[in-house]
Amino acid sequence: MAEAARLKLALSDDEPFLGHKACAGCGGSLAVRLALKVLGERTFVVLPAGCMSAVGFLYPQLAFGCNAIISTFAGTASMMSGIAAAARALKLRDYHVVGFAGDGGTADIGLQALSGAIDRHENFIYICYDNEAYMNTGVQKSGLTPFGARTTTSPVGPHAAGARSRKKDIFEIVAAHGIDYAATASVAHAHDYIRKIERARATVGTSFLHVLAPCPTGWGIETSETLEVARGAVDCGLWILAEYEAGRYRINKTPRRFKPVADHLATQKRFAHLGKADVAIIEKERDGRWARLRRLAGER
Amino acid sequence: MSAEATARQPQPLFMSGNEAVAWGARLVRPHVISAYPITPQTVVIERLAEWVAEVKLDTEFLHVESEHSALSACMGASALGARTFTATSSQGLLYMAECLQYASGGRFPIVMMNANRALALPWNIYGDQQDSLAVLSSGWIQIYIEDAQEALDMTIQGFAIAEHAEVLTPVMLNLDGFVLTHTYEPVDVPAQADVDAFLPPFRTPSKMSLEAPTNMGFTAGPAHYTEFKVQQHRAILRAERVASEVDQEFGRRFGRSYGGAVVPYRCEGADVVLVTLGSVAGIVRETVDRLHARGVAAGMLKLRFMRPFPEREIVQALSTARFVGVLEKDVSFGHQGAVFSGVASALAGSAARPALLNFVAGLGGRDISRNDVEQMFDQLQVATVRPPGERVRFANVQENGNG
Amino acid sequence: MASPFVRPYVRPRSPDDYPTGPCFTAGHLVETNASWRSARPVLRVERCTGCLRCYLACPDGAVLRAGAAVRIDYDFCKGCGICAHECNAQAILMISEENKDVR
Repeated sequence: MAEAARLKLALSDDEPFLGHKACAGCGGSLAVRLALKVLGERTFVVLPAGCMSAVGFLYPQLAFGCNAIISTFAGTASMMSGIAAAARALKLRDYHVVGFAGDGGTADIGLQALSGAIDRHENFIYICYDNEAYMNTGVQKSGLTPFGARTTTSPVGPHAAGARSRKKDIFEIVAAHGIDYAATASVAHAHDYIRKIERARATVGTSFLHVLAPCPTGWGIETSETLEVARGAVDCGLWILAEYEAGRYRINKTPRRFKPVADHLATQKRFAHLGKADVAIIEKERDGRWARLRRLAGER
Repeated sequence: MSAEATARQPQPLFMSGNEAVAWGARLVRPHVISAYPITPQTVVIERLAEWVAEVKLDTEFLHVESEHSALSACMGASALGARTFTATSSQGLLYMAECLQYASGGRFPIVMMNANRALALPWNIYGDQQDSLAVLSSGWIQIYIEDAQEALDMTIQGFAIAEHAEVLTPVMLNLDGFVLTHTYEPVDVPAQADVDAFLPPFRTPSKMSLEAPTNMGFTAGPAHYTEFKVQQHRAILRAERVASEVDQEFGRRFGRSYGGAVVPYRCEGADVVLVTLGSVAGIVRETVDRLHARGVAAGMLKLRFMRPFPEREIVQALSTARFVGVLEKDVSFGHQGAVFSGVASALAGSAARPALLNFVAGLGGRDISRNDVEQMFDQLQVATVRPPGERVRFANVQENGNG
Repeated sequence: MASPFVRPYVRPRSPDDYPTGPCFTAGHLVETNASWRSARPVLRVERCTGCLRCYLACPDGAVLRAGAAVRIDYDFCKGCGICAHECNAQAILMISEENKDVR
């Protein structure tokens, strides 16, 4: 099978991220695993405080087979910048610098450092695994928590119906910096994600990948449903697979017809409380995003 | 100093304290410099940037977007075994506060110059020592500099101490804001070849490498965390001996040495001693001489190192004093100055029971005059052993229309 | 070799026996995750088409390539069930760990 053969070339047989203590079914750990299998062992990995560092570095159980270091929560992109600078100064050859930060570590507390690193045109790959809340600390709302989602700090009750703010568009924020390469991806669309990691690896300059990584614990789904739910997000248009390169946007996958948003939301307990009005808001927002992105991509 | 070294000695250059630090940072050949501008540190990084642009300094210079990122980037570079330098002041030092503990706990031997400056609020860009003295527990070696020559020399020595295999602890070099950072003095600049010979390349077991991959900055739970902290504590204590060895070697090679963690001035047999740190030592030294001319057995004890804290040397230097004052540019609100706390604690362990007074002066850049220092000695000589809670004196406070 | 592996670990007996600062050998493991499972994936290899969907889907790296098919690494499988859920050929069944008959 041609795809399997191509995978054999693209992916190392090694499992550089093994023995970690992530929840069963964790989307974030799959995002890390696949990326490291593409990038190989000559990789320096930075992870801030968050799920992936918390589960991978519990001395003496150290789950990264390649070089890896935990940064401060706000400092992923700045620590990566220091590593990249030292690698240049020490004249190292044939290596990659990659960071894996969550949605909070990227779009909230880590945004300043990410912005500065893109501004400096650092040569590295920044991957945001987005589980749409501060999951490591127990499911609190982040800047990338979608409208309506129940979290512990945007709870549901007689006077509250989950998060009332829009998900920040971190892909567009990053693209607006004029970054060399940016892409959105999903752990359920592995071939697409792998292709984008390869694209980032080949980019001389700064790359940013925004990966949808469902969290069974925080989203209220079965541990076996992680990929099915990620597919559902793409199929109903709530997650757009796109790229930004050389100043141009490109949408990778446009569903001919969106599956119903309500059906997708119903698969997750974090949206169980939503009524028709909120679902309508979510649909309208989805339509608005698609319209804007299609305009940016020159598709209309 | 060897004949060889003397022969190479050029004319001294006229430069500010900031420029002297920049020279020191240039001569150690750092791999990475990562810093964010803040008054009154800016001249340090401006000079370094100029030399990079003029291809006089080969280093990776990162224009970071905050002080937190500055130190964060230094740690990333240090984690690859690179030599790193940064500089900051006051608000910036506190903005990077979590990174201070991160760097010392991570055993990254970064050298950082801090331009001592008052802390907001209110906003004040002038020099005092609240910033560095507020972070004494951060695990950094802390050195207090008196003049521009020492600033250049201690930048070089700072790397030798920090990177020493038995230390591997970051070093903070403190210069009084404006008073020292912006004051011009003649400074001997060592030859590059001599600095290369003095300072060995940076080697550390704590790094990532492609040949021997490591996982760094990990989590250690209750079963292990304490042992890492004990290691840190012991390493910074070892720095006292290492700093002395480095200073002696520096003296052999460059003809200048600074005498260790404390510098007693006329403390032998002294009756009344004022302990202080930083550039104000110049005025105190002059006052001590004037008092001697009037028959007063006065002395000054200058502290060069606040961490590791030189308890033994302090007790020894103050052994004959009946009256001991501590002059510092900070206070821990609701208590007393940080330096006074250390000195009083050291003396509590000794047989001596001098009367103790804490003089808090110079806050927000308020001038400390010869007259102010004389008044401190006057107050000391009539002091009795005061109960706790009555030992802090703010110098020169405007009250009732006076001052 | 970049895969972490379990190795014998003797707890350091004093601060000096610890590494200098939090820095240690990459991929140093002291235990497996097998005890997490309530159910284990069992492969019916005759049904496997070698499509590698399960291999690309496992968050724990517990599905490994084995010739034209795959195999499960039971040391690190947490029993999440994604592999069984994703398989288009129903080649993987999740069997309760309480069922001692099927291995």
